Amino acid sequence: MKQIFKLTYWNHVNGWLLVLPAVFMISLFTHFPIGSSMIHSLFSMETATRPSTFIGLENYAFLMDDDIFWKVLKNNLVYSLCTVPLSISIALGMALLINGKIKGRSLVRMAFFTPTVLPMIAVANIWLFFYTPEYGLFDQIFAFFGGGSHNWLGNPDTALFCLIVMVIWKESGFFMVFYLAALQQMSPELREAGTVEGSGRWYYFRRVTFPLLMPTTLFVTVNAVVNSFKLVDHLVIMTKGGPDNASSLLLYYIYENAFSFWDTSYAATLTVVLVTILAIITIIQFAVVEKRIHYQ
Amino acid sequence: MKTWISGTGQAVETVGAWMLGVLWLLPVIFAFWSAFHPAEFSTSFELFAPLTLDNFARAWSYAPFPRYLMNTFVLVTLILGAQFILCTLAAYGFARFDFFGSNVVFALVLLQLMIMPEVLLVENYRTISSLGLLDTIPAMGLPYMASAFGIFLLRQSFKTIPKELVEAAQVEGVSAVGILWKVYVPLARSTYIAYGLVSVSYHWNNFLWPLVVTSSVNSRPLTVGLAIFGAPESGVDWSIITAATVMTMSPLLVAFILFQRQFVQSFMHSGIK
Repeated sequence: MKQIFKLTYWNHVNGWLLVLPAVFMISLFTHFPIGSSMIHSLFSMETATRPSTFIGLENYAFLMDDDIFWKVLKNNLVYSLCTVPLSISIALGMALLINGKIKGRSLVRMAFFTPTVLPMIAVANIWLFFYTPEYGLFDQIFAFFGGGSHNWLGNPDTALFCLIVMVIWKESGFFMVFYLAALQQMSPELREAGTVEGSGRWYYFRRVTFPLLMPTTLFVTVNAVVNSFKLVDHLVIMTKGGPDNASSLLLYYIYENAFSFWDTSYAATLTVVLVTILAIITIIQFAVVEKRIHYQ
Repeated sequence: MKTWISGTGQAVETVGAWMLGVLWLLPVIFAFWSAFHPAEFSTSFELFAPLTLDNFARAWSYAPFPRYLMNTFVLVTLILGAQFILCTLAAYGFARFDFFGSNVVFALVLLQLMIMPEVLLVENYRTISSLGLLDTIPAMGLPYMASAFGIFLLRQSFKTIPKELVEAAQVEGVSAVGILWKVYVPLARSTYIAYGLVSVSYHWNNFLWPLVVTSSVNSRPLTVGLAIFGAPESGVDWSIITAATVMTMSPLLVAFILFQRQFVQSFMHSGIK
C-alpha cells in the first residue's frame, strides 16, 4: 500500500517536472500577454509628459467610434470570407485531380505545393511586380486585349481584392495536402461499391466522398480562418494597408498602432478584440466537433 | 458495369491538371527569369535573351545577404533544437504520466495553436524588451521554442508506443530518462522529421515578429533583410530585387525539390489528428 502511494506520488512530481519548462515558456508568451493586453487596454497611453493612468473602458469607447477600426474589421471579414472558401475549394479540386489517374502526378503535386514553402515576403515581392501599373504582368495582359493602365494596388476598389487573389494562390496547395491525406485513407472498396451500383461521379462525390471529408474540411477551415487573421506579412510589402486603409487587416492595424504611432494602449485594446475573435472561432470549432461526435 | 472514367475524360483531366500546375508555377518561373536576365528583359520574354548573374552580384553588394542568411540559419537551428528538447519532455509527461491537473494544463497548452505569439506581438515585445533581449537572435526565437503543435504531435506519437516495450525496458532496469531516450525518441523518428520540416519552413519564412524585434544587421533574418531591401523607397532596380528574392527562397526551395515526398508527407502527417 505504501509502495503504491509512493509510486503515484512520484508520478505526479515527475509528470509536472517534465511539462514544466514548456508550460512556463508557453504561458510566458501566450497566457501572460493575453492577460497583460487586457490590463493595458484599461490604461491611457504613456507620453513624455503624462504617465499611463487607469481610464477604465475609455479605450473601448474610442474603439467603438474609430472609423478605421470598423473599416479594418470589415476588410478582414471580406478577406476571410473570400480567401477561406475559395482556397479550400481549389485545394479540394487539386486533391481530387491528383488522386485521380493523371500522368505526371508527382510533378503536378509539386507545382501546387511550391507556393507553400516560399516566404510570404518573397511571394509579395513577386506579385507586387505583377500588379505594377503598365509594366506589370496583369497590365500587359490587359494591354494585349486593348485595356489601359491600372493602378491595381493604389486603387481602394481593387487593392484588397489583389491581396485575396495572391493569398489564394499561396495557400491552396497547403490545404490540398490535407485533403490528399484524407483521400488516400479512404478504402478502395467503397469506390468499387459505388462503381458497381453505377452511381455517377458527381453523385458519388456529393453523397460519399464529400461527407467523408467533413473532418478534413473542418480542420482546414479553422486553419484557414486563423491564418486570415494572423498572417499580414504581405501588407508590409505590397500596400502598407493602403490606400486609405482600404486593404488593412486587424493585425496590421495593431502593428501600426504599436510600432508606427507608438500607442501601445490602443494596440492592446485591439489585441483583446483579435484574441476574442480567435477565441470565438475556437469555441465554434469545439461545438461543431462535439455535434459531429454526437451524431455518430 | 460502367467504367469509372472514360478515356477522353481522363485525358481532359490530365491536361487540366497540367495547365493548372503550370499556372501555379508561373510566378516562381517569372521570378527566376527576371533574376537571371538583364533588366530590359524582365518584362519581355524572348527565348534567347542573354543570361546574367549580374543582378545577384549587385544585390550581394548592396546588402549584407550572407549575414542575413547566417542569422536565419542560426535562428532556425536554435528554435528547432529548443523545440525538440522542450516538446519531447512535455510530450512524454503528457503521454505517460497521469499527473494531477494534466488535462487542464494540456488544454491550456493547446490554446497556443489558435493564438500564436505573433498575434500578441505588442505585449511580447514588452516582455522581450524588459528581458533586455531586443535585437538579438534569441529574441526572435524565444516565443516559439515551446510549441503546442510540437507537444501535440509528439504526444500522439508517444501514445501509440506499446506499454509492453516500456515495461520490458523497466524490467531490464532502464531509468525513466533512459526509456524516453532509448524507446520513445527512436520510435517517434518519423514524427520528428515531419515536425522538423514544418518548423524549419515556418521559421525560415517567418517575418512579422522578427521585423518587430530586430533593428540591425546583427540579428535581421533573410525575410526582414529582403523586405527592407525591396522597399520602394530604397530605389533598387526591379531585377535586383527579384535576384534577392530568389536568393531568399532558394535554400528552402532546393530542399523542397530534393525531398519533395518527405515535405508533402510531413505536412500531411502534421494535419492528421
